[in-house]
Amino acid sequence: MPRELKCHPGIGPTVAGEALTAADNFSARYDLDRIKGIFSRPQHALAGQSYKDKILVLNTAKGGVASAWMLHEMKARGIAPKAILFNAANTILAQGAALADMAMCDRFEDGDVTTLIPTGARVTVYPAEGRVVIED
Amino acid sequence: MLAGAMGPARQWAMDHQMQVGRMFDAADMVPVSQAHMMADPESLGDAGVSFVEAFAGLPEPERRVRVPMITDPRGVDLSCYDPLGQTEAMADLERRFIAACQALGIMMTDTCINYQTIMPPVFGDHVAYGDTGVVIYSNSVCGARSNFEGGPSALAAGLTGRTPRYGLHLDRHRRATRRFLVETPPVELTDWGVLGAVIGRKAGSYWAVPVIEGIDTAPTSDQIKHFGAAMASYGSTPLFHIVGVTPEAPDLKAVGGDGLAAERIGADDLAALRADFGGEGDKVDVVVFAAPQLSLVEMRQLAAICAGRRRHADTDVIVCTAPSVYADAERMGFNATLQAFGATVLQGTCFYQQYAREIGEANGWTRLLSNSAKIVNILGGYGYKPALASMAACVASAEKGEIV
Repeated sequence: MPRELKCHPGIGPTVAGEALTAADNFSARYDLDRIKGIFSRPQHALAGQSYKDKILVLNTAKGGVASAWMLHEMKARGIAPKAILFNAANTILAQGAALADMAMCDRFEDGDVTTLIPTGARVTVYPAEGRVVIED
Repeated sequence: MLAGAMGPARQWAMDHQMQVGRMFDAADMVPVSQAHMMADPESLGDAGVSFVEAFAGLPEPERRVRVPMITDPRGVDLSCYDPLGQTEAMADLERRFIAACQALGIMMTDTCINYQTIMPPVFGDHVAYGDTGVVIYSNSVCGARSNFEGGPSALAAGLTGRTPRYGLHLDRHRRATRRFLVETPPVELTDWGVLGAVIGRKAGSYWAVPVIEGIDTAPTSDQIKHFGAAMASYGSTPLFHIVGVTPEAPDLKAVGGDGLAAERIGADDLAALRADFGGEGDKVDVVVFAAPQLSLVEMRQLAAICAGRRRHADTDVIVCTAPSVYADAERMGFNATLQAFGATVLQGTCFYQQYAREIGEANGWTRLLSNSAKIVNILGGYGYKPALASMAACVASAEKGEIV
């Protein structure tokens, strides 16, 4: 049975894809090799893994403002996640999602989203409605 | 604006702001007095530059920003890029973006220390600033009100003259949520950066507001600059209060800190953060003074330490400062002293914003040493093995070719 998670209404289009999850934080500047499309920061829980076309599920955003432009640049080259789900987004990632027309949601009613959606799960994100459906 | 009557640039800007405002439950917009845009070409890519160029081609009434708008450091110092291994393609992207910004009426200040060099905001001033170090300083030290405005949102604010009223524009998000008691007051710049980093890492969220006790003497502008920049880098933190120092916290109660349990920060916490980075005896490929750009006072301090000395032949030294500071430092002879030491002094850039991965590969830089707690946090993801030391120790290490 599909499970539905409620969250705050977010930004971007409805998308579906495979989850890539970690109880870690996110910055496009600090954590990614954007040319190769992988997490490059050695200390990151997803180090070495590809984020292309994934539904990233992470704790919160960190660090600088560059991510706002970078999400747009990554999407223009076709090497970007389809969506990012956070426990708590920061302003930069939300702004970046708006420019890139990338799906982003946060503030999940059922608790820590990094424990609710496992890596590999098929997920559909409905930002305008503030809900995420996990296909079993 | 939203209907397009004022042209497509302002239409995009208002639509962008409404999307972001809805996500953070903004009830309305607030006018801003200034905007500051982070937009280096590495972050922008061709897609971002083309996006802004499309606005630059509009008729003047439709494209000009409505409030004074300035820029964060660039990615290419056009007077010194080939020696760093930066390519003509990188420089061309930079030139295109500068031309587009100028067409929009944006002032190319190219600095992340505008609060020390251009026009600091005043208490209660609503602004739309980018660069986390600029925002945390302006909110905390000046008492201004800004969220982290990424480049697109700062551009939108420049075009509309306002920003969604959410987050740090509201009193309720400026109240303390974490209370820290500092047991070992910092002394020099790197100590301040390390303390900021520890607090940022513990706070760990954009929505956390630390209030800090145990700092009994007002720090200098450069000290609190490093403190805030590191806190924002490690924690995505946009605001802090220091009791008896910053303007919104004459006492603990004023920011609601009296109801919070105190968390101590001792020498063990500071040592644990430093232990994440390289140590004595490690070889050094490049020593970097940046992040934030150096103030004129820092340029003088660094020049005084470097005077009469010479870097090791295998260790490069990079110094990044604001164009306005560079001009003053040139006039006062600080640049000449640094260059005699063997340093490359760049104007209007910051090391981590100028294709750090590519210039590292071009120059064989892996082992990097800096006195900036912020930059050592950033560069691990760019393939560097960063290390942290005081300004004096960085100079001595550059001279010896290894960390002293």
